[in-house]
Amino acid sequence: MNIAEIVIISLIKIILVVVMILGSVVFLVYFERKISAWIQYRRGPNRVGWKGILQTTADVMKLLLKEDIVPAASNKTLHTLAPIIALFVAFSTYAVIPFGPDVTIFGYHIKLMVADVNIGVLYVLALTSLGVYGITFAGWSSGSKYSLLGGIRSSAQMISYEVSMGFSIAGVLLLAQSLSPQEIVLAQSGWKWNAILQPIGFITFLVSAFAETNRLPFDLPEAEPELVGGYHTEYSSMKFAGFFLAEYANMIIASAMIVTLYFGGWQIPYIDKLGLSVTLTTLLQVGAFFLKVIFFLFFFMWVRWSIPRFRYDQLMSLGWKVMFPLSVLNIIWVACLIMFFNL
Amino acid sequence: MELKKREKDLTVWQKLYIPEIVKGLALTFKTMLRPKVTMEYPEVKFEPPSSYRGRPVLVQEKNGVERCVACGLCSRVCPALAIEVQAAETELEKERYPQKFEINMIRCIFCGFCEEVCPEEAIVMSKDYELVFTNREEAIFGKDKLLVPVEQLKDRIEFLRKFK
Repeated sequence: MNIAEIVIISLIKIILVVVMILGSVVFLVYFERKISAWIQYRRGPNRVGWKGILQTTADVMKLLLKEDIVPAASNKTLHTLAPIIALFVAFSTYAVIPFGPDVTIFGYHIKLMVADVNIGVLYVLALTSLGVYGITFAGWSSGSKYSLLGGIRSSAQMISYEVSMGFSIAGVLLLAQSLSPQEIVLAQSGWKWNAILQPIGFITFLVSAFAETNRLPFDLPEAEPELVGGYHTEYSSMKFAGFFLAEYANMIIASAMIVTLYFGGWQIPYIDKLGLSVTLTTLLQVGAFFLKVIFFLFFFMWVRWSIPRFRYDQLMSLGWKVMFPLSVLNIIWVACLIMFFNL
Repeated sequence: MELKKREKDLTVWQKLYIPEIVKGLALTFKTMLRPKVTMEYPEVKFEPPSSYRGRPVLVQEKNGVERCVACGLCSRVCPALAIEVQAAETELEKERYPQKFEINMIRCIFCGFCEEVCPEEAIVMSKDYELVFTNREEAIFGKDKLLVPVEQLKDRIEFLRKFK
């Protein structure tokens, strides 16, 4: 392939991924409203369109038409920049998520991911921790005490889970002997899913992922009851929608990461033994990846309506006193697996 | 300061968190599959029980005459000063009727005092909860809107006889 072809293929992949995320966010908002309704014996949106399917479109129209208010006391530049940072970070993490195995289309050898980065996992960790800047900037630049508190809580939250998150990923890296997401997926062939081999690591990562996405039970930066909305109190219209979009995009990336690191990514155990054609196998595998991701997205919403919000200090003590030792224990466990079972 | 001990100590199983979380998740999952209780209001109307206090109405007897004798007790007891009664004589001996009976629905707080104080069972709370008006004049209900045939109010009158 020459450079022009590489650029064109990459552009197509980028556009596809961005469109996919935007589309799935629209779908997710509807999905979440329906699920929260079902859990509370309600019906959920059912007015706009068939079964309320156009509800999200109506929501978007409303947000677009709303007045964009910028508080006088705010730092205008950072106030505008904050949602952009949050969005930029959320979208760029998708670059390294593998959706399926390598395929050959029209004679081109194409990887089903935007970029196969050798240090993909590090890239995701680095970018997601940048995401907190969006929130902290938003809180600080709004010129409101409530927002400031929300932003500060967000950064305090980050330091309490980031370490255990990194440590639980270390177990995966040890087994896969690579930092590339595609190779991590390939290392989990058959039933060698990391969720089965290292359940403790999986649970610590799952809990950290919840904290990372600021979802309940850890949505402390938002915390409507005590902070009137937290870091985005002073945001309205499309800037608010930016944060909203970023939160959902983060949820998708978190689910995709859980699937990639612990649930064998796009792999279906022993599918090669069925003797299906290559095209069909690939399609099934891509489908399996999305099904797994959708399951975890559903899990995020399911947990949201089951577990009450943690207190701020409870999250910190959970992060440092429970999850950190557990994730270290997990590394020792993985080391034992490698030592004694040659995995 | 001495640390307070928990009143109820958790078992080891409960302290593990995860089994309890799984229990909670199972519960919420079950509720997802159960039938929904929300009513789709404009399509499905809510049929209130007889203890429901909807808008106050005047009882209209079968011969088309109101029961009200314009004693003015309801107007006197109304905490929101929403009721206005003007009495007039009838041809019958020692009988009166309300020449004008008005309830300002913006003021009415649906407390039901008027109903409780009425000696003639003439003013009762109905099951009607659909109350809309577009201006203040419309909100003042005169006898034309207040009078409701007695058959429609049977439930409430029976309820009052039982429990008042």
